[in-house]
Amino acid sequence: MSAVVDTHGHDHSHEHGHGHHGGYGGIMRWITTTNHKDIGTLYLWFSFIMFMTGGAMAMAIRLELFQPGIQFFNPDLFNQFTTMHGLIMVFGAIMPVFVGFANWQIPMMIGAPDMAFARLNNWSFWLLPFAATLLVLSFFMPGGAPGVGWTLYAPLTVQMGIGMDLTIFAVHLLGMSSILGSINIITTILNMRAPGMTLMRMPLFVWTWLITAYLLVAVMPVLAGAVTMTLTDRHFGTSFFNASGGGDPVLYQHIFWFFGHPEVYIIALPGFGVISQVIPAFSRKPLFGYASMVYATSAIAILSFIVWAHHMYTVGMPVTGQLFFMYATILIAVPTGVKVFNWVATMWRGSLTFETPMLFACGFLFMFTLGGMTGLVLALVPVDIQLQDTYYVVAHFHYVMVAGALFAAFAGIYFWIPKWTGKMYDETLGKIHFWLTLIFFNMIFFVQHFLGLAGMPRRIPDYPLIFETWNKISSIGAFGMGLTQLLFLYVVLKCIRSGPPAPAKPWEGADSLEWTHLPTPVPYHTWETPPVLK
Amino acid sequence: MRGTQRSALAAGVLGLAASGLAHAIEWNLQPAASAMAADIHWLHEAIMVLVTVIFIGVFSFMFYACYAHRKSKGHPAAQFHENTTVEIIWTVIPAIILVGIAWPVTKVVIAQKDTSSPELTVKVTGYQWKWGYEYLKGEGEGITFISTLATPREQIEGKAPKGEHYLLEVDNELVVPVGKKVRMITTAADVVHSWWVPAFGAKQDAIPGFVRDLWFKADKTGTFRSQCVELCGKEHGFMPIVVRVVTPEDYSKWVGEQKKAASAAAERK
Repeated sequence: MSAVVDTHGHDHSHEHGHGHHGGYGGIMRWITTTNHKDIGTLYLWFSFIMFMTGGAMAMAIRLELFQPGIQFFNPDLFNQFTTMHGLIMVFGAIMPVFVGFANWQIPMMIGAPDMAFARLNNWSFWLLPFAATLLVLSFFMPGGAPGVGWTLYAPLTVQMGIGMDLTIFAVHLLGMSSILGSINIITTILNMRAPGMTLMRMPLFVWTWLITAYLLVAVMPVLAGAVTMTLTDRHFGTSFFNASGGGDPVLYQHIFWFFGHPEVYIIALPGFGVISQVIPAFSRKPLFGYASMVYATSAIAILSFIVWAHHMYTVGMPVTGQLFFMYATILIAVPTGVKVFNWVATMWRGSLTFETPMLFACGFLFMFTLGGMTGLVLALVPVDIQLQDTYYVVAHFHYVMVAGALFAAFAGIYFWIPKWTGKMYDETLGKIHFWLTLIFFNMIFFVQHFLGLAGMPRRIPDYPLIFETWNKISSIGAFGMGLTQLLFLYVVLKCIRSGPPAPAKPWEGADSLEWTHLPTPVPYHTWETPPVLK
Repeated sequence: MRGTQRSALAAGVLGLAASGLAHAIEWNLQPAASAMAADIHWLHEAIMVLVTVIFIGVFSFMFYACYAHRKSKGHPAAQFHENTTVEIIWTVIPAIILVGIAWPVTKVVIAQKDTSSPELTVKVTGYQWKWGYEYLKGEGEGITFISTLATPREQIEGKAPKGEHYLLEVDNELVVPVGKKVRMITTAADVVHSWWVPAFGAKQDAIPGFVRDLWFKADKTGTFRSQCVELCGKEHGFMPIVVRVVTPEDYSKWVGEQKKAASAAAERK
């Protein structure tokens, strides 16, 4: 994805010098870059590396769970893998991939020459590799990485070794990166739109990112607070989460999930945005209910602040608390339903074609909704009490995170890669990538619903014999899914190196500015003169 | 699909016959052994039917469009993109359905929280990595014991064949009488644990330094098995919960044995 063709190389003579990559070549170009396209590329590659790292840990987990008994990893290391798999996938893979999209697309879509704070943008990215290094280094500390689950529940965190502190600092850095990136996105969208690009004319992708950025600014400090309190409980004698000192372990869970639930939408909303670009393009029809999509997205974001304790029905809340959080949670089904209906209505009576981005979008729509349905099941307090902390929950959130966010990310990459690189990917291989991912994904996670119903707790390295069959199927699916992502890497590399030149507008129905007003491949600098929209 | 379900069912039935006990099947909620669990099963089935119908309804539109409105079939793209009436309908109708769901669920939530007037009260304490039981009130008051995994290490490490109740067997089972309301008070000594018996529909986190409670009333005798369900460290997967539900007569007999054993142990000191 680094192949932004340097058209400035030719017209450099009559331009005034800012065609260069900041004057550096090689590695220094990437370290010093302030160009939103370069930074977008960095985010995308970073998230892919993290995706493979977190994926390797998922393979390790599924390898151990292939059969009952302890075969490959001791329970301690197993817990470390589950923890780091979660943290790396959430903060290292899924969040950065959408920031990569934001960097590439938002300026092009609103007619801005770059992000508002270009140097800050560089720093937002370059915090990430350091955070990732801390996370991975924690495995090599005495006591290893924390084995507490990605939710980092107190007071188990107090028992961990120095790897826990590295993780806390990593979370601080990741949070800083997200906050700075979000401020940049909000400022860019609110101040740098081209004349005529009113808020209600912005592509939905831009809208979803605007709302997501506000969520990030609101909740990342809360997470930072939670992990900082953990740090001081560990080392400085405080007792925020320790009953014997007047604290409360449940307080940690409240603070964490006050961050954690909006986080779910931080991950999902930009994906909704991508899908809202892809579906109309391949339906050759405008998005149905644009305004209601904007309102529904806002409603979801606002509601996400008042549902956090549905992650905690079993901690022992008063009945009024349980009922409040249950009602608020099922309310989210209304705006989410509106979005799904709008997407289906967009396809309805369109003129549909099914290139790879559209396949991933349909896969997203179908399976994200399935995850939403099990979310409704889990929202009901008595049913959730039965299923809390079982594999049913694992299946549910992987439908939302993988079939939701990851499928949306794949849809976006296949959709925009011709614009970014000026080359076409291999359509056949892309389709194979989709179908294999779809099949293996369901093989891993659909059967986990059964495991959860039958009572298999999550985060266990070994299990009773009755769970063996589904675990085997799930593990085989996981190995297949992992291998399939190497095919994705091959498709991307092949596209960059030897893909045939992409037509200026490879997707007939695409109608946002980057497709209609900019050449393919996009030049290094775009919109030095903003377009004027009538 | 149907084949696996049938074989799973067959395995379940076989297991049932073999042990003579309530036995989990591989793909659905464990058979209910209390009215509360039966209510939860009913709610789960009702909501599953509802969401399945909605899901099929919505996606039959999508798949029909995928089939009939394809460019390759020469379908021209319509250009409609707004319809306020439709938008209002599909906002309001789901909201009404959700109110319909909330009503029966609320009744179960309130019932589940009602731990008043128990006939037996037992305190359970989560330790890394075992459970401690103390009979606080009712018949058997004063009995205390620790319940730890009974599965031998060799089975876990694959050096011996795994037994029928692999990872679901303990040295001292919690024994309670059938048909009596039992209140469990949960707490923990170190980190958060979670005490769960699926057959009773009863789960409650055990929070260190705080007490919480739950109740259940088993409506059949038998042995019910489960595990800790909150990550509590290295051996989280190895602290099972086993409850033996017996008739009131057998329960009195068991209490007598426990008391005798306890006084014998006291005399020896």
